[in-house]
Amino acid sequence: MSDPHQPEIDVKYVAHLARMHLSDDEAEVFQEQLEHILEHVRQLSDLDVSGVEPTAHAVPVHNVFREDAVDASLPHEQAMDNAPQSRQGLFVVPRILE
Amino acid sequence: MAKFADHNETFSLAGLQQGTFSSVEWVTDLLQRIERSDKTINAYISTDGEWALEQAKAADQRRASGEAGPLCGAPIGVKDVLNVQGQPCHCASRILEGYTSPYDATAVSRLRDQGAVLLGRLNMDEFAMGSTNENSAFGAVRNPWNPDFVPGGSSGGSAAAVAAGSAWAALGTDTGGSIRQPASFCGRVGLKPSYGRVSRFGLTAFASSLDQIGPITQTVSDAATLLTALAGHDAKDSTSLKQAVPDYSSALKGDLRGMRLGLPKQYFIEGMDQEVEAAVRQATEQCRELGAELVEVSLPHTEYAIATYYIIATAEASANLARFDGVRYGAREAGSDPLDQYGKTRAAFFGPEVKRRIILGTYVLSSGYHDAYYLRAQQVRTLIRRDFEDAFKQCDALLTPVAPTTAYRIGERTADPIQMYLGDIFTVTANLAGICGLSVPCGFSSADLPIGLQILGPAFGEETILRVGHAYEQSTDWHVRRPPLWAGTAS
Repeated sequence: MSDPHQPEIDVKYVAHLARMHLSDDEAEVFQEQLEHILEHVRQLSDLDVSGVEPTAHAVPVHNVFREDAVDASLPHEQAMDNAPQSRQGLFVVPRILE
Repeated sequence: MAKFADHNETFSLAGLQQGTFSSVEWVTDLLQRIERSDKTINAYISTDGEWALEQAKAADQRRASGEAGPLCGAPIGVKDVLNVQGQPCHCASRILEGYTSPYDATAVSRLRDQGAVLLGRLNMDEFAMGSTNENSAFGAVRNPWNPDFVPGGSSGGSAAAVAAGSAWAALGTDTGGSIRQPASFCGRVGLKPSYGRVSRFGLTAFASSLDQIGPITQTVSDAATLLTALAGHDAKDSTSLKQAVPDYSSALKGDLRGMRLGLPKQYFIEGMDQEVEAAVRQATEQCRELGAELVEVSLPHTEYAIATYYIIATAEASANLARFDGVRYGAREAGSDPLDQYGKTRAAFFGPEVKRRIILGTYVLSSGYHDAYYLRAQQVRTLIRRDFEDAFKQCDALLTPVAPTTAYRIGERTADPIQMYLGDIFTVTANLAGICGLSVPCGFSSADLPIGLQILGPAFGEETILRVGHAYEQSTDWHVRRPPLWAGTAS
C-alpha cells in the first residue's frame, strides 16, 4: 500500500488538521505509534469488499423527522453559563479580523 | 451502622423494599464506605453527599407514601461521561475543568424519576478511551480484587465501585467493551444493550454509531431491573428505537431447555490465557447441564474487527471531540487568534490517548485516505454484521470469553497501544454489529482475579441473554464472592 521507507502519515500535519498543537516529543512518539497502528489496520486491504454496502450505523432507521414546531430548549443564559469568557450574552474569542 | 456490618445479606434492593433499612441509612453508610475504599481504588471522581442524602430522604418519603417502584431509594453511581444537572461532567479530562451540566442525560432522568439516588461521579478513561482506566486526569482506578491490577476500562470506576460495595449499581457506557470488560475484570455483571435500546441524549459522545449506556451490577436480576428503567424511545435521540420495552425481570425464569447456544470458534483462540479458556469452557458445559444445546458457529471476519473498530471509532471521535476548543465550555488556553487558541487549548488539556485517537481519526477521514481506510472499514463492518446474522440463524445466543486474559497489571500495557487494543477483540464486534452483550462472572484465575463469560444476543435480544445469564449465575456462586476490599475493609 505504501513505500516502507516513506512514512505514510505526517503526524504534525494531521494534528494541524485537527487544530491541535503537538510538541516535538509528542510528535515523535505518536509518529512511531501511529505508523505501527496503521500497519496493523492495513490488513483490511486483504479483504475483497467489492459490492459490499458500507454500514454507517446498525439500526434500521433513516431520516427521523419531528413536527416542525417550537419546543422548549435550553435558556440562553444557561447555555452561556459554562463559557470561559462571555460578554453581553456572546462568547468572547480572540480577534479574527484586524 | 451495625445493620450493614455484614453487607452481604443486606446489599440488595430487597432490604429497602422490605423496610429492613431506609435509603437514608443505606446512603449514609455508603458515603462512609466510599471514603474508605477510595483511598485504595479511586473509583469516584467526586461525590455530593449532601445532595445524595436529600435524594435518599425524598425516596424514603415516597416509599412511605406507597408510590415507590423497585428503584426508589437505590444508590447508584454515574460514569463521569453522563450529564447530571448541576453536577460536574469532566469525562475524566482536564479540558472540561469547571463545567457544570445544564441538564440531565435521559438515562439519568429516567433513574431519577424512579427515585434512584445518585451518589457521585465515577472515574473512567478520559472520554471513555481506554481499556484499563489508566487514562484519567483524576488518576488510575485500581481493581478491588488486587490493587496492583487495573479494573479494566473505560467504565473502570463503575465496575470497581460496584465490586467494592461502594455503590449498589452503576451506569457505564460501552463503545467497544467498556461496560463488559471492566465488569469481567472486577467480577461483576455488565450489560451492553443493543444499539438504539437506550437513549444516548446527554452522553458525551465518543463514537456515536457505537456508544450505548448500560448498567454494571451485582447480579443479572439487578441488570434487568435497571434496563427496564433505562430502555425506550426518546425524541431527543433519533437513533433510539420505538420498540416496546418489556419487563426484563419477567424474562428471568426457567432453565435453558430448548435453547441453542453457539460457541464461535474464532473466540477460542491460541494464545489466550489458559485459565480464562478453561473457566469459560466450564461455564458452557454448565449451560449444557442446564438444558441448552451447544453448537459450534463461525464468525469468519472476527480477525478484522480490531482494525475496523479502531478506524470507525477514532474517525467518529475526531469529529465529536472537535467541539472541545475552549470557546463554549471547559478550560481555555489563551492564543493569539482563534486557531492558535484551539490548538493550544487542545494541546494543553487533552491526554495522550485522546490525542492519539484524534490524530488517527482525522487521518483516516482525510482527503486521499478516506476510501482506503474509513469507507473500507464501514464495508468490513457490514461483513461483521452479516457474520452475526448468519450465526443467530443457528442459535439463540453466543457464549464467549469477555477478554482473552484477566486484568492486566497496572502499567503493563500502557507503552504499546496495539497490545492494549488487541485485548478488546471479543467485545468490539458487538458494538460494530449493534447487538447486545452481557458479562457474567464465571470463575477466578490462580492469582484470584475474576474471569467473565460473555453472552451475546441479536439486536433487541436482551431478554434472551438476561435469561441465559440469570440461569447460569443462579447455578454458580461466583457472583456472591466478595473482593478483599469489599466495602473498604481491606484485610
